[in-house]
Formats: sequence, structure tokens, C-alpha cells
Amino acid sequence: MQPFTTHTGIVAALDRANVDTDQIIPKQFLKRIERTGFGQFLFFDWRFLADGGPNPEFELNKPAAADASVLLARRNFGCGSSREHAPWALADYGFRAVIAPTFADIFFNNCFQNGMVPIRLDEADVEELFRRTAAAAAAGGQYRMTVDLRACTVSDDAGFSRSFTVDPFRRQCLLEGLDDIGLSLRHTAEIAAWEAAHGLPAVSG
Amino acid sequence: MPTTARTLLDKIWDDHVVCSPAGELPLLYIDRHLVHEVTSPQAFEGLRLAGRKVRRPEATFATPDHNVPTSDRRLPIADPVSKQQIDTLRANCREFGVRLFDLDDADQGIVHVIGPELGITQPGMTIVCGDSHTATHGALGSLAFGIGTSEVEHVLATQTLRQAKPKSLELRVEGRLPSGVTAKDIVLYLIGRLSTEGGVGHVIEYTGACIRSLGMEQRMTVCNMSIEAGARAGMIAPDAVTFDYLRGRDLAPKGAAFEAAVARWEKLPSDPGAVYDRVEIFQAADVVPQVTWGTNPAQVTGVDATVPDPGRFTDPNDRSSAERALEYMGLAGGTRIVDIPLDRVFIGSCTNSRIEDLRAAASVIRGYRVAATVRAMVVPGSGRVKRQAEAEGLDRVFREAGFDWREAGCSMCLGMNPDTLAPQERCASTSNRNFEGRQGKGGRTHLVSPAMAAAAAVRGHFVDIRDWQFK
Ligand code: SF4
Repeated sequence: MQPFTTHTGIVAALDRANVDTDQIIPKQFLKRIERTGFGQFLFFDWRFLADGGPNPEFELNKPAAADASVLLARRNFGCGSSREHAPWALADYGFRAVIAPTFADIFFNNCFQNGMVPIRLDEADVEELFRRTAAAAAAGGQYRMTVDLRACTVSDDAGFSRSFTVDPFRRQCLLEGLDDIGLSLRHTAEIAAWEAAHGLPAVSG
Repeated sequence: MPTTARTLLDKIWDDHVVCSPAGELPLLYIDRHLVHEVTSPQAFEGLRLAGRKVRRPEATFATPDHNVPTSDRRLPIADPVSKQQIDTLRANCREFGVRLFDLDDADQGIVHVIGPELGITQPGMTIVCGDSHTATHGALGSLAFGIGTSEVEHVLATQTLRQAKPKSLELRVEGRLPSGVTAKDIVLYLIGRLSTEGGVGHVIEYTGACIRSLGMEQRMTVCNMSIEAGARAGMIAPDAVTFDYLRGRDLAPKGAAFEAAVARWEKLPSDPGAVYDRVEIFQAADVVPQVTWGTNPAQVTGVDATVPDPGRFTDPNDRSSAERALEYMGLAGGTRIVDIPLDRVFIGSCTNSRIEDLRAAASVIRGYRVAATVRAMVVPGSGRVKRQAEAEGLDRVFREAGFDWREAGCSMCLGMNPDTLAPQERCASTSNRNFEGRQGKGGRTHLVSPAMAAAAAVRGHFVDIRDWQFK
């Protein structure tokens, strides 16, 4: 997994609550058997018009969001299905962090497996970031933020800085780009002991 | 203070913690792992690349359901990409020694229907699947939740999951279920009250006289939709209803082993005085048949009500969500629910495709015909449900009324297979999600109970099932 220490990037603001995984990656794109290549289908039904061209009204298609790598969203981001295709699509598109007041549980967990940091901030702080992103866009520019996972802070260069909390184990795995499964397999003896104590037949190998 | 009184969740959790190494999340043992074709190919591929094996293939069960056509099973699958995904599942199950209920297996079906039906699901177990509706299995008193594909790979390799213990939320529904009101209406009502994120971070335990009075399959309907309130799992304490349901199921213990299991299972319900992190209490008498009007399951109201006016919402997020939803749904605030006309009716999905659901729908349409303006279909949840329904003559009731009678699968619940809505088609659906595009791009979904869907098919618009003339 790609490690994450700090990242500075352009912010794209998606001003909608309850963005569900069916919107992040519609089901017609779930039939691939690889983990890669989902970015082209991200927010497909919102991003593209019926003729296949980009929808100029959609937030990610606006010039202010070009090459964005930090996604700003509203409450309950990533609700709905457990499909990891959603974080795969976001990561493949280029996002490294998602900032929202709240996230759905499964989506939140899935992010960590894909080198992406989900960041919960207060509703008021998120509101402020929406304002700053909009102000930059109105001035014909782009808004940038820095996510520092070592310090657990998000900041811009105009005085905004907040710390966020993240599970220490998830953070460590992300900082070091650790293989989750490899780590767990170090506990094979404990797993076998649990199985023996619960009367399950021994697993060979 | 009764410090030893534990909830159902506490008991299952405590029993399954393998270890909690310092600085790491605890490892939770997983008793049963259910696998389907959409969220597993990358997990098996990961194992292969790392040279890993499935730790307990005998605790892992697979079936194709999301992609499968529900038309004639003898025909080849027309969509090459769907076919590839199903072929990949087959090859992976063969390679890793996982039991597969394949398309030609009499017991194939939606993973959350066949788990309980075959006795794979049992009280006190931890059960996972790469699917958010895994909570369904909690109806039998297990801790069951959906996981992502990386976690699927983790469970395949280690039979454990890294998990922080979730909080507990007791949803108590007191009183008796009013006539005409079903488990589906109860759960839609609860989601409407809780919101789509009210349960985030929690495992719901449904309690109270109303919940206790529900049959096993109705309990599954309730637990199934826990994720729509944001909760990863929902559970109901096992009791005689649960044990009677499981007795004699293929993969449940038999004879003396079954009686010994019951003795263990009887200890699972929450102890008197056990403390939940949160408790919410509702009255069954307040619930009327429910219909969703928007694009998330919490945007729901009674059949006797009107589509809300977005201006009525005080929270700006709720207001803009409602405005967006009504625009997508092609509805205006103030429209009476019973005046909403329908193009399609779908009875199926892991929420409502079991035999009791089909019986309820059939009893409504017996002696009636589907309205000329409506295309209606019934998709049994599994091969077994289908055979049982046919043995009871329900297929004839549906067919004679003008319903399409299909093969088992997820079908139009998510439109990943040939069953989809066309843009702007409006559907009364017994499934669990009314998200934009869920049943087909531009399609408009209203979630209802099987009886309400059946009545709507006959009339061509929603009707209050409490006024129905049964023939
Ligand atoms: S029926 Fe629908 S919700 Fe249930 S498993 Fe299939 S696609 Fe998912």
C-alpha cells in the first residue's frame, strides 16, 4: 500500500450530504475483476452527460477543481453499499484525502486500506472550508490544503489549521504503508489457540 | 451497579476476541464468511499474489447473485463482463476449496437468503460478507456485518478481522403490530426517525414486544435494513422462534448436538440490567404502512400522508437533499402518496423475497389483475423459496394476475443484471435502497412492503393496504 505522511493538494468541494457509494461508482462499473482503473467512472452519472461529454455543472468538472486531490464533502459521505470500488475510484482519480463532518462506517474503514485518509472535522469547520474553496474559485483560483498525518492536522496557508483524530493503529499502518494481512498473520498462534479453545479442527499448514 | 450484566453484543464480542495486541486493533474471530461474485475477485487475486491460502475454506460459502440473469437459467449469460465475474468466482472457489452454490445448484440464491435458509447462519456467530446487507443474519442472534474487499481478503487469509468494538444501540419497539403494518413498515419508520446516519458507529439490537412477536423472516427484513440507518449490524436476541426456524436446516447441528447448541444459544440474550450506549423507544401503534418519496430510505412517510414540502425542513442539508430528491423523483411537495402513479412493481431482494413475503403479496393479488399500465415482477430470493412457492401454487397466483415469475437473484434491487428501470420509470419496490440510479439510471424507486407493492401493482398507484378487499 502507498504510505501516507503529508500531502498538499487542490481541494474539490462537493456540496451535497449523504453522497452514497452508488453515486461514487455506479454499479454498471462493478463488474471489473481488477482493483485499478475505476477513476474514469468516478461519479459517472453526475460527471457525464447523456452524450458522454463532461457535465459542466458538476463540481468536479469546474476549473477550480482541476487536478484536485483533497475532496471536501458534507455529512454521511460514503453511505450505502460496502463496495470498496468507491475508495478505489476516488484514489484512482487522484484523491488522497476526504474531509467531511461524518462518514459511513464501512467507507471510512475502506479508505485506510487504500492509502487515503478520511478526515472528520466539525460541521462549522467544514462550512468554513467550503467558504474558502468558493472564495478561491470566485477569484479564478484554486484552494489548496495540506494534510499532515504525522501531526494529524489539516491546514491551508491562510491561517486555517485544525487537528483531527484517527485510530492510532490505522494511522501507523498508513504512515508506514504496512500490509494489514501480514501484520495479522503474526498472530497465527493466537488464532490457532482460539480455534482450539472453541473446538474447531486444527488448520493444517 | 451490575457490572457483569452484558448485552447480546457484549457476549458475542467477548467470545470472539482472539487477541488485543498493544497499539493494534483487536483481532475478532469470524465464524462464517459469505462470498459473492462482485466484491471477491480482487480479494482472491490478492491471496494469489501473496501466495496465501484460505484459512478455513469450510467456514466460507459462496454464491453468485448480484449479476445473474433471472430469466431462463439454461441460457448462457449474455453480458460478457457479468459472465466473466461469475466464471471468476467459480475458478476461485475451485482453486481455494470454497463451497459454491452455483447457478445450476438448486440452492443458489441471494447470499442473505440462503445463509439462514441452509442453516449456515446460527445464533452467537460472527458473520461477514462483502455486502452491506449482511446485517440480515443478525435476525438469528448473530453479529453480522458488511466489509470491504480488502477486509474480505483479510478474513480469507486469517479468519479474523481488525475491529474496534462498536457501540450498542437498543431500538425498542413496544406494543402490537397494527393490522396491515409489516416488518418492512416498522424498519422504514425507524430509519425515518433515526436518519440515514443515526446508527453510525453502532450495532442495533431490536427489542420490545413488537419485535418479539415477529416471525423469523420478518425479523430478517428488520435487521436487513440496519445499514440504511448507518448501523453496520442489527441483531435480535434468539428465542424459541429462532430455534424452531433452525431445527432441521441442512447445515445446522442435528440431534443431541442441536439440543446442546440451543442450551448455549439460550444464554445469549442480553442480561437484565445490561447497559446499552444508547436507547431509543418507539410505539408500534404509531406506525402506518410506509412509502419512501425521496432518494434515501429515511425520506419516507405514511401512505396516508403527502410528499413533504422541502421548505418544511429546518436543517439546510435536509432541505437541499429534499429539493434534489424531489427533482430527481419528479414529484411535487403536497402530492398525496396515493396519487403517485407507477410503471413498474418489483417484489424481491434480500429484504423481501422469502416465502412469507411472497405469501403476503400473493394474498393481496389473489383474484385481481395487474393494472394495464404496470409491469410487475416477482423474483424469489433463492431456488428453495421458488420451489416452495411453486409447491404452494403461488407462482400461478402471480402469473394469472399478470406478474412475471423469475429465477432467483438480486435482480432489480440494483440493476447489475438485465433487470433494470428505464430513465424516469417509477417503481414500487420491496428492496432496500432508493438511491439515485439504484435500479437503473434515472429510475425512480419507492420502497414499500410486499403487500403494499402488490396492491400498487393492481391499482397502478399506491393504495393503503389497510383498506384492501382481500378475495
Ligand atoms: S438483493 Fe440487493 S441489497 Fe440484497 S444483496 Fe442483492 S443487491 Fe445487495
